[in-house]
Amino acid sequence: MKHLRQLEDQSVYILREAYKHFDNLAMLWSMGKDSTVLLWLARKAFFGHVPFPLLHVDTSYKIPAMIEYRDRLAREWRLNLVVGQNKEALASGMNHTMGRVVCCTALKTNGLKQLLEHKGYTGVILGVRADEEGTRAKERYFSPRDKHGDWDFRDQPPELWDQYKTTFPPGTHIRIHPLLDWTEINIWEYIKLENIPFIDLYLDKGEGIRYRSLGCAPCTTPIKSTAKTVDEIIEELRHTTVAERSGRAQDEGRGMELLRKDGYM
Amino acid sequence: MTLIETKPSENLNIVIVGHVDHGKSTLLGRLYADTGSLPDGKLEKVQAICKQQGKEFEYAFLFDAFLEEQEQGITIDTARTFFMWKGRQYIIIDAPGHKEFLKNMISGAARAEAALLLIDALEGVKEQSKKHGYLLSLLGVRQFAVVVNKMDLVGYRQDVFDGIEKEYREFLGQFKAVPLQFIPVSAKLGDNIANRSEQMPWYTGATVLETLGGFQKEAARSEQPLRMPVQDVYKFDARRIITGRIAAGQLKVGDHLVFSPSNKRANIRTVEAFNIEPQPTEGQAGQSIGVTLDDQIFVERGEIASHQEHLPSVSTAFRANLFWLGKRPLEKERKYLLRVATKEVDCEVASIHRIIDTMDLAQQQGSNTVNKNQVAELTLRTKTPVAFDLSASFEATGRFVLVDEYDIAGGGIITELVHDDQEFLREEARRRDFAWVKGEVTVEDRAQQYGHRAAVVLITGGRHTGKSFLARTLEGRLVADGRHGYLLDGENLRRGLDADLSEEERGETTEMARRYGEVARLLTDTGLIVVSTTNPFGLAYQEASQAIRTLVHPAPVIAVHMSKTEEEPPPNTDVVLSGPTDFDAATARILDELKRRGVLAQAIGAKPVFQYSI
Repeated sequence: MKHLRQLEDQSVYILREAYKHFDNLAMLWSMGKDSTVLLWLARKAFFGHVPFPLLHVDTSYKIPAMIEYRDRLAREWRLNLVVGQNKEALASGMNHTMGRVVCCTALKTNGLKQLLEHKGYTGVILGVRADEEGTRAKERYFSPRDKHGDWDFRDQPPELWDQYKTTFPPGTHIRIHPLLDWTEINIWEYIKLENIPFIDLYLDKGEGIRYRSLGCAPCTTPIKSTAKTVDEIIEELRHTTVAERSGRAQDEGRGMELLRKDGYM
Repeated sequence: MTLIETKPSENLNIVIVGHVDHGKSTLLGRLYADTGSLPDGKLEKVQAICKQQGKEFEYAFLFDAFLEEQEQGITIDTARTFFMWKGRQYIIIDAPGHKEFLKNMISGAARAEAALLLIDALEGVKEQSKKHGYLLSLLGVRQFAVVVNKMDLVGYRQDVFDGIEKEYREFLGQFKAVPLQFIPVSAKLGDNIANRSEQMPWYTGATVLETLGGFQKEAARSEQPLRMPVQDVYKFDARRIITGRIAAGQLKVGDHLVFSPSNKRANIRTVEAFNIEPQPTEGQAGQSIGVTLDDQIFVERGEIASHQEHLPSVSTAFRANLFWLGKRPLEKERKYLLRVATKEVDCEVASIHRIIDTMDLAQQQGSNTVNKNQVAELTLRTKTPVAFDLSASFEATGRFVLVDEYDIAGGGIITELVHDDQEFLREEARRRDFAWVKGEVTVEDRAQQYGHRAAVVLITGGRHTGKSFLARTLEGRLVADGRHGYLLDGENLRRGLDADLSEEERGETTEMARRYGEVARLLTDTGLIVVSTTNPFGLAYQEASQAIRTLVHPAPVIAVHMSKTEEEPPPNTDVVLSGPTDFDAATARILDELKRRGVLAQAIGAKPVFQYSI
């Protein structure tokens, strides 16, 4: 439990730094386990309040239970929820059969960029973790994006001693990653410790399958698992050697490097 | 190899550093492979990519995630990876060794609690081996082991290993760094990584994996005196919560806190938390917490809370060791933003004492610039007083970064307090504030009643620039607007309060400025906006205005400079006006500045901005 509190202290510090330095700040919430823990940490940092809007980039292909869960928590926790959608791309019939990277770029990356531009957010808080996949392992806590929302991973700013990049030229924005040091197990341990409500798609309901990572319905497949409780998930993760995102189609080949360079979450 | 994991009791951050191509990423890949920590299929996936590209598989490819890194065979940016071993979760930071990417290496190492420093047995001690060793020490990573890699290439010879150990120990000894262990390994072949080497029976020390297990979690800083830099002040609901991360020591409900440099004091009423039952009553080093106080004093971000027995230093200058990462060189007399813990303040480099060559620790003097990737000893001077510690006593409040334009461009540790000429007055202010007898009416009560906070508007400038007229116009405007403004004319002090001073004493600014400052302090304590000119001090107004600032601190001093010519305004000027022209417009500009500084605008809405405390 002590290590969870240490992670919590660090994340809370980062969230408070973000809130102090950015006038136009928002948090991305995909309703998955990570961004929901992030949302919970914001309530920790601000003593029960969430003093910035939560953004959901809706691809329209999300699993319906996720939308119900989203609206319920938004009501109960009095969240300022902002939903964005790349309507143009959807109207032109964008879907995963056009290519996964193409579809993710249109509906998620561009959907996010449109939303940021429209609302003028200069700081965006995201729940990415270093242990998820290779390019995220190289992220900073405060990571700048240029005018096009692109990530220049070759020239990242120095970051030391809890001093973060909080100044930036006009037209650019900063991505803030408070969960960088958390692992998948930490997330579940913390959900248990704090009793955080989560979507039951992560649990096996008797069919011997569950989702380990949630994305769009067509591109996310459940894994074989009989974990019916958080404890059982934690136990399972301690012994697995299968990558967390193995059920996520976009990670195949160099998918994530290409996506993230262009500003994907 | 199968792993039976117990619940991790702690996390430990380890960084791997060393010269380019000495095998850091390979060591990391090997460590994961030999402890069974790789996800299924990861090894096979990378092997397949290598085969497809027609090159030999290397363990380094497992973590060099970017295409460019794999193509060039070098690590560009720090990667964080995780593995569990014997009940401990290790976060391993693979830092790049190429000198081009020194800032990435530093970002990685600054997060670490312990380090592995790699040296190639064939190439021996190289430039970056030394630089990294020196920087680890500067960054405060005192716990480290030296891994001598590629022993297979030197026939696993003990004399080669011993030679490197001797040479490198001597280098480290110059700045009193002592490694835990020197380990001969071959990362490529797995010798002494997770498994003991059969090729080097002469080595009986710990393997890399055993060495990791021997690294201790940082000693608890809870035993030190309290340091809590204020991060922010929230008022989302009825509670006014002071937040911060405890850098050292501990606190509990009822403790008497002193905030430096403002010298404000109050007792802790509650410790606030969300979803923690029962509500906590104490906090210790490492925790991000929030407290409410029994007295509604105003404190702002950047101040350091401590107990009265162990106060931090306060000055406008300090000496430091700094490493520079900026794209353009650090220059003497150029302005930078200094960040010490949560304090942000403008500063300039007062002097560069010497540049340190990390290759042989030779010192070069007489330079006016510090180039990218150089280390230097220098003195920094800040615009306003800063609370800090020497890094030898307190890590978190004894180090800083410098921001050049938009970027963090350098970092350093504070080695020495430099006494400034305000020290005497600051000490007077501190003693006076600590003993200040307060009535029942708080500063906040007054601010609520008056609709503004107290401040001093100090109008400087040469003769016949219209300073007095502007001061009168401003006083009139403030009162007409319903503000409590008062024109404090120095002449009135001269004939009364200063009547006992001899002609000689009047000729010196010091005592007059001190008396003036104390009167201004009393007036600001009544909640007034004091308007004044520096006329009585004549040409010594710069010196006087500095003394006044020190004595009325932390009430804001808004310095307005009037001039008929294009002269350089004095340091710390907030509003520059050219000559006597449109006095109404000039007044409006001063009012804008008062609003910007939070004097005229009360905090409204959910995001309180406390520009200063009083």
